[in-house]
Amino acid sequence: MKKNIVFLAAAAAISLALAGCSAGGSDAGDAAADTDKPYIALVSKGFQHQFWQAVKSGAESKAAELGVTVTFDGPASETEVDSQLQMLQAAIDKKPDAIGYAALDPEACVSLMDAAKTASIPVVQFDAGCNSDYPLSIAKTDSLGAGALAADHMAELIGGKGEVAIVGHSQINSTGVERRDGFVEQMEAEYPDITIVDIQYGDGDHLKSADIAKAMIAAHPDLKGLYGTNEGSAIGIVNAVGELGLDAGELTVIGFDSGQAQIDAITNGLMAGAITQNPIGIGEATVQAAFDAINGETPEKVIDTGYFWFDKTNMEDAEIAAVLYK
Amino acid sequence: MNATPVTDQTRVGGGTPEPRRSATSFLRAQIQQSLAFATLVVLLVFFSFASSNFFTWSNISGILLSTAVIGILALGTTFVIITGGIDLSIGTGMTLAAVMTGIFLVNLELPLMVGVIGGILTGGLMGFINGFNIAILRLPPFIATLAMMLIAQGLALVISGVRPIYFSSVVGFKDIALGFVIPGLPNAVLILFVLAILAYVLLSKTLLGRYTFAIGSNEEATRLSGVDTRKWKIVIYTVAGLFTGVAGVVIGARLDSAQPQLGTGYELQAIAAVIIGGTSLLGGRGSILGTLIGALIMSVLINGLRIMSIQTEWQNVVIGVVILIAVFTDALRQRRAAS
Repeated sequence: MKKNIVFLAAAAAISLALAGCSAGGSDAGDAAADTDKPYIALVSKGFQHQFWQAVKSGAESKAAELGVTVTFDGPASETEVDSQLQMLQAAIDKKPDAIGYAALDPEACVSLMDAAKTASIPVVQFDAGCNSDYPLSIAKTDSLGAGALAADHMAELIGGKGEVAIVGHSQINSTGVERRDGFVEQMEAEYPDITIVDIQYGDGDHLKSADIAKAMIAAHPDLKGLYGTNEGSAIGIVNAVGELGLDAGELTVIGFDSGQAQIDAITNGLMAGAITQNPIGIGEATVQAAFDAINGETPEKVIDTGYFWFDKTNMEDAEIAAVLYK
Repeated sequence: MNATPVTDQTRVGGGTPEPRRSATSFLRAQIQQSLAFATLVVLLVFFSFASSNFFTWSNISGILLSTAVIGILALGTTFVIITGGIDLSIGTGMTLAAVMTGIFLVNLELPLMVGVIGGILTGGLMGFINGFNIAILRLPPFIATLAMMLIAQGLALVISGVRPIYFSSVVGFKDIALGFVIPGLPNAVLILFVLAILAYVLLSKTLLGRYTFAIGSNEEATRLSGVDTRKWKIVIYTVAGLFTGVAGVVIGARLDSAQPQLGTGYELQAIAAVIIGGTSLLGGRGSILGTLIGALIMSVLINGLRIMSIQTEWQNVVIGVVILIAVFTDALRQRRAAS
């Protein structure tokens, strides 16, 4: 009995501790809000992945250029919908001149959009939107199109027929779903001789994704290609191929986003190529849109920041090199 | 050494076992182990029939490799759980150890052995602090190690600058996990087995092991019999931390990089492996062989479900059910033994 009570107390403490740290993440803006510069609070889906770090650096360089102050907050993982909402609430409470927001969940954020509206704080969005009419704009990648482009290159590389599989990073959040669906739909529509034999999810965890890829390769000896939907998934596949000692090109690997490890894998041939977004551009466009909104202008409703296929042949091109991050 | 004159009279109604050297508790541990072992065999046979691609050397070696990291974490945490404690900091602690290994080897360019030992000692230091907080400051293990879990997670991000550290420039580092001292058996698996033997010896042949069980059976009685339980708890958490450090080096070598955002959730998988292996969360009972089998059950199950292309969502459900069954049969046997 005593043990149970201790355990309950501990469970209560853990939730308090977690609530405490997620709410505490966004104090950085208080000092910033005191100065005369316009202040834009950015609430991201995360900050740990290199992708978000690139968005952040784009936002910060644009902010310096425009003479505004930005803060960049995000939950520790992209599953923490609740703690992200607390960050958004905290951002509204600070009464910034504008808010930039990337929704982890399109529905959960609707009431807070109403709160921002009541407080007359303009909202611009990036990466993923909220199902609300209030936000003025969204700067994002067309993930369905990006997934379809990955499918086109996969089909070309494996010669238009055979078995392929997907190591996804999320079956819930919109980027994970759309990068998968874009790939699957394009394969079904354009390449009838290609079968997608398996789709599994490794949460973007390198180790988990590697073990998944190895199981897939074991389960499907005729597998011709693997597509990883984010950096962690793609590197997991590359690790699996390396651990199994497959020759470069024996299995066609297509990745997503960049980062040093993927750039290396493409250079040494373990990965055929990858789709990159323009995270720095997303950060810049978001701050620009917020700046326009503060100055009474209406930003474009949807700002497509673009996506590109890159491989050994075009990695050095100025246009590609500019959007890759290490 | 007359270490465990433990009487059980302060406990009520729990069916808590006598110290381990009594015949019944030894028997019970054996039964639990053979039950876990039987489960493992059943799983292997089932998946072999379910998919012809399951029982191949390539896949079996893949399963063993995927057991290495969780298995090493589970070995260390077995000691802690036998004392009746818990260590939630092993997952992110492992990540911090990997990051520190990266700092030593890549940023400071220290020799390979120095960096590896530095990484392992990082784990040991975290374990020592856990032990100090629990034994001297009297914090409940759950809270002390929860705090350490958050601290390690934060420090891993801060120290790495929220970027992965790549070991590609460090000659020979990757081989720590993926090289072959024994042909066909990746080194990470060899490390797991060697550490399992080491842990077995520590737990069953040394004073440390004897006090681990004694503290878990009845800490107060152990203390009254003249054992410095505070000191030994610090030692036990430090040992667990050293295992965490090794896991950090191994995951770093396997991924050829220190990924600062990894680690959350690994502690629960390791704890699950320990429990499936028959170690009691109430303390006083457990074994290294059981933990090894528990870790293998987890990874065979996960791999088999993946080979069968079961949806990821359902994989989690199945694993959860297996944990429930394992703990329930254990509780059932305890109750029967008590009555």
